[in-house]
Amino acid sequence: MTVQDPNSFRTGPDEDGRFGQFGGRFVAETLMPLILDLEKAWDDAKTDRSFKTEMENLWRYYVGRPSPLYLASRLTEHLGGAKIYMKRDELNHTGAHKINNVLGQILLARRMGKTRIIAETGAGQHGVATATVCAKFGLKCVVFMGATDVERQKPNVFRMKLLGAEVVPVTSGRSTLKDAMNEALRDWVTNVEDTFYCIGTVAGPHPYPAMVRDFQSIIGWEAKSQIKHAEGRMPDVLIACIGGGSNAMGLFHPFLDEADVKMIGVEAGGKGVDTDEHAASLMGGRPGVLHGNRTYLLQDDDGQIVEAHSISAGLDYPGIGPEHAWLKEAERVEYVSIKDDEALEAFKLCCEMEGIIPALEPAHALAHVMKIAPTMDKKDVIVLNMCGRGDKDIFTVAEALGTEI
Amino acid sequence: MSRIQQRFAKLKDENRAAFVSFVMAGDPKPDTFAKLLKGLPAAGVDIIEVGMPFTDPMADGPAIQLAGQRAIAAGQTLKGTLDAIATFRKGDDETPIVLMGYYNPIFNHGVEAFLKDAKEAGVDGLIVVDLPPEEDAELCLPARAAGLDFIRLATPTTDEARLPAVLKNTSGFVYYVSITGITGAGSADTGAVEAAMARIKAKTDLPVVVGFGVKTPEQGAELAKVADGVVVGSAIIDTIAGRLDRKGGPKVGLIKNVTAFVKSLADAVHSARG
Repeated sequence: MTVQDPNSFRTGPDEDGRFGQFGGRFVAETLMPLILDLEKAWDDAKTDRSFKTEMENLWRYYVGRPSPLYLASRLTEHLGGAKIYMKRDELNHTGAHKINNVLGQILLARRMGKTRIIAETGAGQHGVATATVCAKFGLKCVVFMGATDVERQKPNVFRMKLLGAEVVPVTSGRSTLKDAMNEALRDWVTNVEDTFYCIGTVAGPHPYPAMVRDFQSIIGWEAKSQIKHAEGRMPDVLIACIGGGSNAMGLFHPFLDEADVKMIGVEAGGKGVDTDEHAASLMGGRPGVLHGNRTYLLQDDDGQIVEAHSISAGLDYPGIGPEHAWLKEAERVEYVSIKDDEALEAFKLCCEMEGIIPALEPAHALAHVMKIAPTMDKKDVIVLNMCGRGDKDIFTVAEALGTEI
Repeated sequence: MSRIQQRFAKLKDENRAAFVSFVMAGDPKPDTFAKLLKGLPAAGVDIIEVGMPFTDPMADGPAIQLAGQRAIAAGQTLKGTLDAIATFRKGDDETPIVLMGYYNPIFNHGVEAFLKDAKEAGVDGLIVVDLPPEEDAELCLPARAAGLDFIRLATPTTDEARLPAVLKNTSGFVYYVSITGITGAGSADTGAVEAAMARIKAKTDLPVVVGFGVKTPEQGAELAKVADGVVVGSAIIDTIAGRLDRKGGPKVGLIKNVTAFVKSLADAVHSARG
């Protein structure tokens, strides 16, 4: 299905939280009043100058924004085509883009008088960012993490504990990210008075997808002015990896109405989209309803959600933000997939060529850059979102390469 | 009159509260479930809620989560659930059956096809946890048009301002969730439930049943004094879970055991108003 071209791609969602048929508010009645409260608080905050100022100060002095836009010159030369710029969000405090959103949500939680923060996490990056900001503001923090992920992401579990968070290993369902999100929702439905649910990606019931996108859009706004400064024009291609899709949405959104800027979202193809082991919801899934929104989901013939697979725990989610689902059907953004072994190759190349150890998530985006950059003109410009650093992944990579640390 | 209306009218004549039981379709095995379902009316169940298994039941506690997982592992599908109800209907044309679950399996089946199939199977009403009034256009309104009741949950967070929206398109009965929390957790406070009943009854003529956190015949009897009906789910499921062998199959006597527990609950609810 192709959605009719709107005048602007940047006006969504509508008042029901829909991006076309996607999004919405599919939650239990107990949560509905809380979600309406949150929407109201967010509407108030986003037009409040003091809220914006406080956030900008924290971004600057606590997170280290703006993140640089860096010309990866050796990689560019090696691939022999388009110029490759990296938006260096891996240099943020806590090592990924996740903190951009967490800061915004925690400031909002404080405005709403909430004293207890809950979050779900897969790889642990969102959990670490949430634990970090909670420590800074003296808020109680509880992070739900699939028991399987607790096992394979031990350094991040320890970090969260150092930061004073309680990490709850989730053993329900299949003990992964989607189950952690179920458990966070179950906690929220139980602790309605004092608790704020800090969702880590552009998914969940309205207003989360739009709110998280707005917080992450700082990536795109900075990139827009930085590329103008560096090249005197808009880039030809933006590329970002997609699990839930928050770093991609943050980079893409400010550019959506720049008709000449092509955008590519890279899903985790695992062992291949034609196998049962991948996390490519858009490429290999179909529309359904989970975790409060309608979007593309990996599911079986009977509408049961199936497990995602990726070498990168951060992309290991069977759904995707609803705005991405809409942008796919509107054909504004192109979505592709990259397999585990291709991401590993890109990971190694980035280490060797640029002295940057990337997270396995953006390594997927880089793997696609390796495919298209050589086919492009030397005057063309690609901006890749280097959304996280790879320290957390060295054990996974060592195992995949058959090396003992 | 629908089966649900007839049932509540009969109960009103007898000055009894309704005993509503929840069981998960296909749990622990499809054939055991079919036998269990068949025996519920004789054990005193007035309305049967049949859970539609889903991998991600975000409003359910461990008991019902595991029941759904057992059912899915045993091969239960949405079609299988509707078939089981159609079979039940051949022997019982009076006991109302309400399907309870989450939206994705229904959406995946196709809303129109689902409503047609459910109606034909003999389903009377639907409770879909993740469809609040804000999403009425998805299933609630088409269900009403197809002649199926859409039973809404009201909760302790549903305040005065919101209550009319919750009640607006509700039919059959209203299901009051007695606690903020998931199924099987916590315990309802009778005083708070009584206040909530008064609040809801002031705004609707529909019967109001209460559920979540009701575990024993004693609790059931307490609530039967203040509500039009009492729902028990997790406690029944726990009885099933306690009678499984190592492979997850039913031990001898499971149905007898579960049915006896259901009867103790039903008797307590029915005799509560003396």
